[in-house]
Amino acid sequence: MGDHSVKDIILEIIATIAPDADLSDVKSDVRLRDQLDMDSMDFLDIVMELRKRYKIEVPKEDYPSLATLDGCVSYLAPKFDAVATT
Amino acid sequence: MPVSERIVITGVGLTAPNGDSLDTFRQSLLRGKSGVTSIETRFMGRVLAGVCHFDEQKYQPRKERRRGTRAGSISIYCAHEALVRADLRVDDLDRSRVGTYIGITEHGTVETENEIEAIRGYDYDTKCWSHHHNPRTVANNPAGEITVNLGITGPHYTIGAACAAGNAGLIQGVQMLCLGEVDVALAGGVSESIHSFGIFASFASQNALARHDDPTKACRPFDKARNGIVVAEGGCVFVLERLRDAKKRGAPILGEVVGYAMNSDASDPVLPNPERITECMVSAIKRAGIGPEEVSIVSTHATATELGDQQEAKALRQVFGDCGTVYTNNTKSFIGHAMGAAGALELAGNLGSFDDGAIHATINITDLDPACAVRNLVCNVPQEVQRVEYILNNSFGMLGINSAVVVRRLPW
Repeated sequence: MGDHSVKDIILEIIATIAPDADLSDVKSDVRLRDQLDMDSMDFLDIVMELRKRYKIEVPKEDYPSLATLDGCVSYLAPKFDAVATT
Repeated sequence: MPVSERIVITGVGLTAPNGDSLDTFRQSLLRGKSGVTSIETRFMGRVLAGVCHFDEQKYQPRKERRRGTRAGSISIYCAHEALVRADLRVDDLDRSRVGTYIGITEHGTVETENEIEAIRGYDYDTKCWSHHHNPRTVANNPAGEITVNLGITGPHYTIGAACAAGNAGLIQGVQMLCLGEVDVALAGGVSESIHSFGIFASFASQNALARHDDPTKACRPFDKARNGIVVAEGGCVFVLERLRDAKKRGAPILGEVVGYAMNSDASDPVLPNPERITECMVSAIKRAGIGPEEVSIVSTHATATELGDQQEAKALRQVFGDCGTVYTNNTKSFIGHAMGAAGALELAGNLGSFDDGAIHATINITDLDPACAVRNLVCNVPQEVQRVEYILNNSFGMLGINSAVVVRRLPW
C-alpha cells in the first residue's frame, strides 16, 4: 500500500475521532499529539478503528510506532499489504 | 450546622420537547403546544416520545460530544444556559465552591444497548467494545460531563432517585448550600431515556406505554382514556445560591425553595402508596411553614397510568380537599414523562406563574376520570389568577420514592 493511502486512512480516522480538528496541514514527521489536540483515548480510538475497519491489530507495545504519520506509514503499510493478500 | 440559610433559584437552563429555554418552554405550556412525536426505536419500530431539539454544539465541541453521552450533552447545555440566566460566569467564580448535583432515573442503559449493537456488527467480538464505555456509563457521568466541560472543580455527583430525581437533585443542592459545602449549586435532573429500547419495552410489557394515533394527544393524565406513559428526554438545571449571596451581587431571583420532603412507600416496587405521598406533601408544606390552603399551584407527578393517577389524586384530596384557592396542573401532558428530568422541568415550567399570574393547564382532558377528580384541576386552558405565592412540585418514582418541593415567590 502506498504512503499516501496509509496517511489518508489515518487522517480519515482522525477526522472521525476529532471532527473539529484542522487536518489541512498535518506534518508527517511531527508527533500527532504535538500538532493536534489528541490524548491517549484518541490513540485508542485509532487502534480501535484499525481493528474494526481493516482487521489490523496493533499491540500495546507498538503504540509508539503510530506517533507520527510517517511512523504510521512505516508500521502499518506492511500490515495493510498482509491483510490485502489474505 | 448553619441550616437556617435561605436558598433561592437564580438561574434555570433547560431543554424540553417543546422548548429549549425557560421562556420558550413557558410559552409552549401556556399555548397548549405539545412536544410529543413518533420516533423509530431499535427492535420496536415506531413509538411515541418526547424529543428535544437543542443545539448540542452550542456549548460542546463535537469531539467531546462523541466521547460522551446524550445525558451529558443535555446536562452541559442546561448548565450553561442556567449560568447565563443567572448572570454568572464560571471565570468569575471560585470553581472549587461550585457543586453539581444532577438527578437521574437511570444511566448507562442507552450506552450499553448501543455498544451491544455496535459489536453485533463484529460477530460480538468484545475486542471491539469501546474504551469509552466505562466513562460513559459510570453513574456520575451526566454531572461529571458538566464539570469537565466547564472546568468546575467542586463536588459533583448524580442522585439516582427514579422519577423523583429532578426534585432530589434540587433538594441535594439546597442541602449542600445550607451546610456551607458550596457557594453555588448546579442542581436538577436529566434524562436520555428515549434512546433506550429497553425502557419502552419494559413499559410496554407492563401495559403502561401510551398509544394514540395523534402523538400530541397520547399523554393524558387524569383522563378516562389514558393508557400509559409517553417516555421523554430532557433536562433542567437550576442555579441555586444563598439568598444573602444572591442579594449581594444583585442576582435575578426566580423563587425561594422554602420546603421539601422525601420519603419511601416501603410497600411495592411499582404501585404508588397514597398514604406515603400524602405524608410527603404534608412534610414539605410543614417545612415551608405554611398551611395547605396557602399553596397556589400543585404541579402533579401524574404520568397517565391508571392507578398512579388515581393514587396521587387520592392523596391530593386528602391534603387539599377543602382548599378552594389551590389549583392543580400537570406538565407531562405536554411533553411526556422526562424521567430524571421530570421533577425539575415541571417545577421550571410553573415558575413563570409568579410573574404572569397564569397557571398552565393539563391538556388532553376530554373526559375526566371521576377517580382522579380534584378541586380546581386546570383543564386544557390556562387559568388566570390574581397572584401565585407558593408552588408545590410533586415527583415520585419506582421502588416507592416520593418527593415534594415548595417554592415561594420572591421578592414578595
